[in-house]
Amino acid sequence: MNLQQIVNELALQVRSGRSALNREVRRGYASDLMSDVIAHGQEGDLWVTLHGHQNVVAVAAMKELAAVVLVNGREPEPDTLAKAGEQGLPLLVSELPAFELIGRLHRLGLRGIAG
Amino acid sequence: MRTLRADLHIHTCLSPCAELEMTPRALVSRACSVGLDLIAICDHNSAENVKAARRCAQERGLAVIGGMEVTTREEIHVLGLFHDQEAVDGAQELVHAALHGENDPVAFGEQLIVDEYDELIGQTSKLLIGATDFSLEETVEHIHRLGGVAVAAHIDRPSFSLISQVGFVPPDLPLDAVELCYDELPPSAAGLPVLRSSDAHRLEEIGRHSTRFLVEAATLAELELAFRGSNGRRILDQ
Repeated sequence: MNLQQIVNELALQVRSGRSALNREVRRGYASDLMSDVIAHGQEGDLWVTLHGHQNVVAVAAMKELAAVVLVNGREPEPDTLAKAGEQGLPLLVSELPAFELIGRLHRLGLRGIAG
Repeated sequence: MRTLRADLHIHTCLSPCAELEMTPRALVSRACSVGLDLIAICDHNSAENVKAARRCAQERGLAVIGGMEVTTREEIHVLGLFHDQEAVDGAQELVHAALHGENDPVAFGEQLIVDEYDELIGQTSKLLIGATDFSLEETVEHIHRLGGVAVAAHIDRPSFSLISQVGFVPPDLPLDAVELCYDELPPSAAGLPVLRSSDAHRLEEIGRHSTRFLVEAATLAELELAFRGSNGRRILDQ
């Protein structure tokens, strides 16, 4: 599924990486622990989290994730935005809580590791 | 008795997220120029630049406490401050055995080990940004078993703090102090000694927050007395 399509369907706000919205999203993964995403995140994942810390960008780069969505209207910290901008990583913000957002992503056809 | 100004949370170029300018010599020099009497070196999950910092500081009359900022498996940052190099080495051995994965310097940053002349000795390949296998309780226990002091780091931060990960300071957790990097004290921390530190990752941040102690000497043992308000020692501005 195309990232731009997800952004449009779920009215996500784009905070960085606007030029990379044509990326293909392969799966979704949700976690608020960096170490868990380092262990289980996979290339092309859309990462759903409430973490706005700059390490999010580093972990996303390391795991070659497609994009990061912050839930509950949480905004990325200034350092996070700067790093994401440098790396061209799409950082998105949803007003929805994680549960609702993930439900809607699922309804759009996005699946996780377990299929 | 004298008043000491301490910044008990300073990173070096060993921490992947710290600037490379944070060499022991440079940070000691900066600490002296901003009027600090005592600093603690607390890199993420490692302590390989403590010795170099201590050696540089000796020449300048600055006291250095060896420490480490341990990441618990809940991704809470806890500072361990130690009385001697043997305890620092013990902490490092324990933590490294409980820390998995390899650093990716492009994604996270370089992890440089340097000597007291700022000469590069090597790099740590450990994933220092990662989390250890230790729970919060186990981490505090390990620090205490090494004779060290356990401090909940930057509890006024939105990430990697006891407050961000747990939501409150558990009343039965035997912490020795809590640390603030801004100035906001959560109500549940009342009762524990409060340290104000910079959590400096770049030179200009050193000493931006600090704690004043009324003590006899610049040692961790004296700070522990001040935590308890024993024998006339105390933390000023509590």
